[in-house]
Amino acid sequence: MKPTDISNPDFLHKVVDCQWACPAHTPVPEYIRQIAAGDFSTAYMINWNSNVFPGILGRVCDRPCEPACRRGRVDKEPVAICRLKRVAADFKDDIRDRLPRPPEKKNGKRIACIGGGPASLTVARDLAVQGYQVTVFDSGSSSGGMMRSQIPKFRLPDSVIDEECGYVEHLGVELRQNHWIGSLREVLASDWDAVFVGTGAPRGRDADLPGRNQAAAHIHVGIDWLANVAFGHVTSIGKRVIVLGGGNTAMDCCRSARRLGGEDVRVVVRSGFEEMKASPWEKEDALHEGIPIHNFLVQKAFTHDHGRLTGVQFEKVRAEYDDKGRRSLVPTGEPDVHMECDDVLIAIGQENAFPWIERDIGLEFDRWGLPVLDAQTLQSTLPRVFFGGDAALGPKNIITAVAQGHEAAISIDLFCRGLPLTQRPAPTMNLVSQKMGIHEWSYDNQVSEEARRKVPVKSIEEALKDIKSEFELGYDFKLACAETARCLNCDVATVFKPKLCIECDACVDICPTECITFTRNGEEDELRGRLKAPSHNAEQALYLAEGLKTGRVMVKDENVCLHCGMCAERCPTGAWDMQKFQVNIAQAGAEA
Amino acid sequence: MTYLAKPKLLAADAPRNALGFTRRDYEGAISTLCAGCGHDSISAAVVQACFDLDIEPHKVAKLSGIGCSSKTPDYFLGNSHGFNSVHGRMPSVLTGAALANRNLLYLGVSGDGDSASIGIGQFAHAMRRGVNMTYIVENNGVYGLTKGQFSATADKGTKSKKGVINSDNPIDLAALALQLGATYVARSFSGDKEQLVPLIKGALRHGGPAFIDVISPCVTFNNHNGSTKSYDYVREHNTAVNRLDVILPKAQIEASYPPGSLRRVVQHDGSILHLRKVGVDYDPSDRIGAMNHLQERQALGEIVTGLLYVDSSGQDMHTHLNTVEKPLNQLGDAYLCPGSKALEALNAMLR
Repeated sequence: MKPTDISNPDFLHKVVDCQWACPAHTPVPEYIRQIAAGDFSTAYMINWNSNVFPGILGRVCDRPCEPACRRGRVDKEPVAICRLKRVAADFKDDIRDRLPRPPEKKNGKRIACIGGGPASLTVARDLAVQGYQVTVFDSGSSSGGMMRSQIPKFRLPDSVIDEECGYVEHLGVELRQNHWIGSLREVLASDWDAVFVGTGAPRGRDADLPGRNQAAAHIHVGIDWLANVAFGHVTSIGKRVIVLGGGNTAMDCCRSARRLGGEDVRVVVRSGFEEMKASPWEKEDALHEGIPIHNFLVQKAFTHDHGRLTGVQFEKVRAEYDDKGRRSLVPTGEPDVHMECDDVLIAIGQENAFPWIERDIGLEFDRWGLPVLDAQTLQSTLPRVFFGGDAALGPKNIITAVAQGHEAAISIDLFCRGLPLTQRPAPTMNLVSQKMGIHEWSYDNQVSEEARRKVPVKSIEEALKDIKSEFELGYDFKLACAETARCLNCDVATVFKPKLCIECDACVDICPTECITFTRNGEEDELRGRLKAPSHNAEQALYLAEGLKTGRVMVKDENVCLHCGMCAERCPTGAWDMQKFQVNIAQAGAEA
Repeated sequence: MTYLAKPKLLAADAPRNALGFTRRDYEGAISTLCAGCGHDSISAAVVQACFDLDIEPHKVAKLSGIGCSSKTPDYFLGNSHGFNSVHGRMPSVLTGAALANRNLLYLGVSGDGDSASIGIGQFAHAMRRGVNMTYIVENNGVYGLTKGQFSATADKGTKSKKGVINSDNPIDLAALALQLGATYVARSFSGDKEQLVPLIKGALRHGGPAFIDVISPCVTFNNHNGSTKSYDYVREHNTAVNRLDVILPKAQIEASYPPGSLRRVVQHDGSILHLRKVGVDYDPSDRIGAMNHLQERQALGEIVTGLLYVDSSGQDMHTHLNTVEKPLNQLGDAYLCPGSKALEALNAMLR
């Protein structure tokens, strides 16, 4: 196996599992340390720089970082990364004077962003600080897009959206609200230097079943219903409600229904409980509010009486897997189940829709109705038009929309400067020793063995009273501090200098997770079998260094390293050092 | 040295032995020795050996004297019995403990100062008596705790950290052990666990006095040019006579070796020692030959390592003395103190 090149930013970046897993590559351990130090504003700004909406994401992010968190591999639960982000947003001071100021002199380029959601606002922010004149067109009366219209207020209050969208506006971005764009051709006719489309996936999938039309008055498409609830057009629902679907929208629907008068609210899902698309914590919240989830039932028909919905008929199924592990749902043959209800909410999927984009202007769509894009640059077949967020590659989540916004902004910047879009600015990195003394490091290397802290919530009675009252109270300072201690500081990297090593084995002996081995070199697969502790997780890299006197190599399995620094404390010659790894992911304006 | 305790977090797939223990379960307190001390590697090798042999920690007694080496029993087998004796007196305390209870595994841990200077008399007599034990000397050639003066095992001509040349002749503890009747004699190096761990395993399963001289560099006072006990010097001059694999009786797997390269020794308890030949033709059952080989090679400046001598037919102290099988603490008052009639009968016998 070849020696590891740790000067390639990707290697150590991958060791910081949370940051690597975050589509926007938020430097998680760095902001957690700032929270631990009580510097919430700096923690907030680290987030803001990467993900633009820390207060929003700290409440509703899909948190791909948490399943990736290293602690999850050595402890019961990962660090509560998402809710610590909220802590930074909740406790920060006024940060307005920390925001970048757009240049007085603009560069003369005009950019149109269509849609007022996270992708558009990210593009607007990244480009505005580079001197672009950005105009955001939004059909809503207040910005935030689907973040405002889809996410219930008890999870994400308007005040947080107002604040964080306000920071983008503050940069001199022009927001044109209540402005419905009906034709891309017309937009292109105005002399925009580039157009960004971030219009989301606005269409909810319907259930075209017998009885759908007859009982239409009490059957609602989930995302439309949520928008109506968000804007106060709907304020009540029947006592018995069935929510069809097992995703996060279904969870938002059922919890909203509970707050609008639903007493017997139930979720009915085709799949099993484990395979549901909803995040585990959202399912947990729904169950906590007394909403049962019924699995392996496929809706067959809406039953009705004189135009009035009476219930839903379900077929019982079970999951069968073929040789390739593909699942199919097979009827069990048992009698159908009928559930009575007053209202049905359909939350079985979301689709893209571009009725306002003419099909004869040179912008190609694929057979699923999605624009044909370059996956890296997000440029469409019309060179001036770029896509991002749910509108680009189908429905995902806010943090992905933000990440795509950053990428699209880089593309637009390169495009406007006449540079090739494929020559993208690379990330830069820095490594700084954290050694302060013989046993002193500038990070807290004592590994906490405490369990994950629960986020305090309102009592159910209180929470269900008012649909606008935020359910989670967030960590207080004490809980937040305890939770920050659980972070393993994966960005403080173990860096090995073979020339200094005397092969005394001190690091091998002290390592609490036995991840260091000195042995002869070999092919990676074979080498993994010879390490001190078994190395079964091939997704985690081996760090290999050669140049030792005995001709052996040092192999470190990055999988369960606790970054406790004990190898470096035990090393008599300083061959091991703990160095803080900082990766700067390029944003628009960075030089390639 | 480290101030923080080792975190208990462990990967879910950390290896477990037949008793369900992980290696971590055989560790002790965090070491307070200097960073890079060879002794810590020996502690780790003891941990590995006990883990591999599925030893129940409560069936081990670890005894030591005074010195850096004698601190180490605190750093392994935290759930075993321990006794930290007076300087150089570990062998007699261990002998007493072994007499009182033969059901425990006795592990004596000592250093070159503890065993070759103040305790050399104790060392010699424990070997003579044939105490069933594993006696490990962590040999670094200096008095580390008192800042690096030469110890009795320092080679003549070796240079101290301050540049002083040693003019005294060294004591070779392995050679002494051979002469004094130890039935399992080995030498190894703290920086070579592949060699050391099997040697400790073989010794723990040996039913008589087993002695291992482990060269263990003192990073602080004896790891410089001119020292003959530095990591570099030992690596350059190490000549192993064999490589050992310890096979437990229940193990089914027999490794295959080229013909003529392997010597099998079956110990009392059924464990099998596989000795793989390295380089020279060496006969580990020939005590006189072993002593000669050691002297010859030492004169050439080589450090001979490996299993130097093994006699699996040897008898231990309990056999010599015909002692009772049961531990004294299980015999009961009536048996231990049979009363005045028994005393009178005994006295009558002697009149």
